[in-house]
Amino acid sequence: MWEYTDKVKEHFLNPRNVGEIDNPDGVAEVGSLACGDALKLTFKLDENKRIKDAKFKTFGCASAIASSSALTEMIKGMTVDEALKVSNQDIAQFLGGLPDEKMHCSVMGKQALEKAIENYRGAKPLEAGAKIICECFGVTDKEIERAISENHLTTVEDVTNYTKAGGGCGLCQDAIFQILEKVKAEPKAEMKPRLTNLQKIRMIEETIDKEIRPSLKQDGGDIEIIDIIGDRVLVATRGACATCKAADITLKHFVEHRLKELVSPEITVEEAAK
Amino acid sequence: MKTIYLDNNATTKVADEVLEAMLPYFTQLYGNPSSMHTFGGQVGQSIRTAREKIAAFLGALPDEIVFTSCGTESDNAAIRSALLTRPDRKHIIISRVEHPAIRALCSSLNTQGYKITELPVDKNGLLDLENLEKSLTPDTAIVSLMWGNNETGVIFPVEAAAKMAHEKGVLFHTDAVQAVGKIPIDMKNNVIDMLSVSGHKLHAPKGIGVLYVRRGTKYSPFLIGGHQEKERRGGTENSAGIIGLGRACELAARNMAKENNEIRRLRDKLEQELLKKIPQCRVNGDKNHRLPNTTNISFEYVEGEAILLLMNELGICASSGSACTSGSLQPSHVLRAMGVPFTMAHGSIRFSLSIYNTEDEIDFVIERMPPIIERLREMSPFWNQTCKTQ
Repeated sequence: MWEYTDKVKEHFLNPRNVGEIDNPDGVAEVGSLACGDALKLTFKLDENKRIKDAKFKTFGCASAIASSSALTEMIKGMTVDEALKVSNQDIAQFLGGLPDEKMHCSVMGKQALEKAIENYRGAKPLEAGAKIICECFGVTDKEIERAISENHLTTVEDVTNYTKAGGGCGLCQDAIFQILEKVKAEPKAEMKPRLTNLQKIRMIEETIDKEIRPSLKQDGGDIEIIDIIGDRVLVATRGACATCKAADITLKHFVEHRLKELVSPEITVEEAAK
Repeated sequence: MKTIYLDNNATTKVADEVLEAMLPYFTQLYGNPSSMHTFGGQVGQSIRTAREKIAAFLGALPDEIVFTSCGTESDNAAIRSALLTRPDRKHIIISRVEHPAIRALCSSLNTQGYKITELPVDKNGLLDLENLEKSLTPDTAIVSLMWGNNETGVIFPVEAAAKMAHEKGVLFHTDAVQAVGKIPIDMKNNVIDMLSVSGHKLHAPKGIGVLYVRRGTKYSPFLIGGHQEKERRGGTENSAGIIGLGRACELAARNMAKENNEIRRLRDKLEQELLKKIPQCRVNGDKNHRLPNTTNISFEYVEGEAILLLMNELGICASSGSACTSGSLQPSHVLRAMGVPFTMAHGSIRFSLSIYNTEDEIDFVIERMPPIIERLREMSPFWNQTCKTQ
C-alpha cells in the first residue's frame, strides 16, 4: 500500500476540474495507454490572459489523478508565463509530497502543462534536438536531463521513478546512466542517441522470439528475419504462413503491431521478396 | 466499515480453530522440542502429530515433510538443492509466469552462470508441454513449474510435466503455494520430487512453510545449522506455526468439497455478474483449468490502483497485477506473458475468495463495482472516444 498524504487521497477521491473545456485556448495529451498513465489537459484564458478555467482527464493511478487535479487548481488565475514556472516539485508539494516511485505522476502534469501552453502559443510540440532514449515509454534525452537537474537525481532508479524511462525493457538503462554522468560532469553537453542499431535489432529479435513466434507456431506457421534496415523489418514467412492467404494481414496486424508496441512505433514489417 | 476480504491469494485469515490449537505453544508449551526434558520433548510429540496430519493431507509420508519459514524459502531450498546435488548440470527450466520467489532466484542464478529457460504460455495462460519436452537437455538440473498461478488461478499440468522431466532424468519441483488447500493433491499419485507449501495461504499463520521432498530424492539443506528436520533444515522449529499448519490441513481436507462447490459458485457468480454489468471487460486465464477461488478481470481504459483505492473506500480488498501497485512501471509479468493488450493489462483486478466469504458480500461487490469503473472511465481520456466508435 502506498503511503499517500491525506491531500493526495482527498484529490483522488474528490478530483477537481474533471472534464474537457469546449474550444480551449490550450490543449495537450501526454502519456499513453501503454505507459500506464495518460493525461489530457485543456485550459481557457480570460480577457486579461489569465487562466480562467482548466480541466483534465486522466487514465492512471491515484497519484496521477491527484496530480492532475492539483495542477488544474494551481494554474487557475495564473498567466501562461506564471504557469510555465510551475514545476513538478510544486505539484508534489501542493499535495504534501508524493512517494518517490510516484514522482513521475507530477512530471506528467508538468509535461501536459508545457505542451498545452506550447499548443496555445502555436509552438512545435516537440523540443528541437530531443531524441528518444526510452523507447518503451517514449522519453527523450531532454526530458531526462531536465528531470535530473531539476530534481537532483543521482541514480537510474531515480530517473525511472521520475520519468518512467528505463522502467520497461530496461535496455536504455545504460543510456540513462550515461546521461546522469554527463549532467553531473557538464550539464550543457549534447547527448547522443543511445539506442544503437544493434540494440534495436536485438530487441526486435527478442520480441519475435518471445512474443510473436510462439503464437504463429500454434497455427503451424513461422517467420524468419531476413534483414533489418533502419526501422524496416524484412521477414520471410515459413510453414503454414508461407502458403496462407491471410499472411499479409498477420504481418501487418499482428507482427508489426506487436513490434510497434514493444520495440518502437516507427517499425514497419515487410515481406522480403520471394 | 465492514471489511470484505477478496484477497485470499495474498494471504488468508488464520482460522479460529488454528489459532486455538496454536495458543498453548506460546506461553505454556514453549519448550524446545530438541531438549532432553519432558517439558520440551512433549512439544516434539505434538510436532510429530502435526507432521503426520500435513503428510496425510498431501498424500505424503511424514518424513517427506520439511518445515520451512515460508513458500519463498521452500522454493529457494528446492532449486538450490537440485543444483547442489547435481553440480554437473547448469540448466533450469521454469515458466514465464512463475512467482517472483522462482523468477528472481533464477535471474540471480543466471548471473552466476546457470542457463534459464522460461517456457511461454498461450493467451489463456496455459502451458504447452511440447515446449517442455523440447527444452529438456542432458544439462537440465531441474524443472520448476507452479501448480496454480497466483494472479490468474490457471492450473498447470504439473503431474504430467513431472513425468516428462523424469523420463529425461531431470528433477521436478512445483510451487504449489496457491494450489494446496484449494484443489486435491495426492503425492502418492504423481512423481513430483519437491513441492512448496505456504501456511498462510490456507488459514495457518504467516511464517510457516513446507518443502515436500520425496523419499529417495537427494537433498542438500538450504539453512545449515542444527540437526532439526533430519538435518535438512537448521533452526529451532516454529512449534506454534507447525501445530497451526497441522490443524489448518485438517480443516482444509474437511473444507475441500466446500471450496470446490460453494466457493466456486460464488466466484462464478461474481465473475458472470461483473461481466454482464460492466461493458468492455474480460477474464484473464483459462476458465476450465483454474483454481476455484480466483478470478482475474481486466477493465479496459482504467488503471488498477485507482480501482483498488476506490474499492478500499468501501472496505473491499482485492489485488491488481498492474503497474502502479507493484512499484514497478510495467503491467504484471503474468498478463504480459499471456499477451493481454496494454489497454486491458493495466486495469486488471484479482478477486480471490475463501470459505469465509458470504453470498451477501459477493452481492455487495457485484452492486458496487460498476459505479467504480464508470466513475474512473468518465475520468479517462480514452473512454468517451472509444465508446463513440463502438
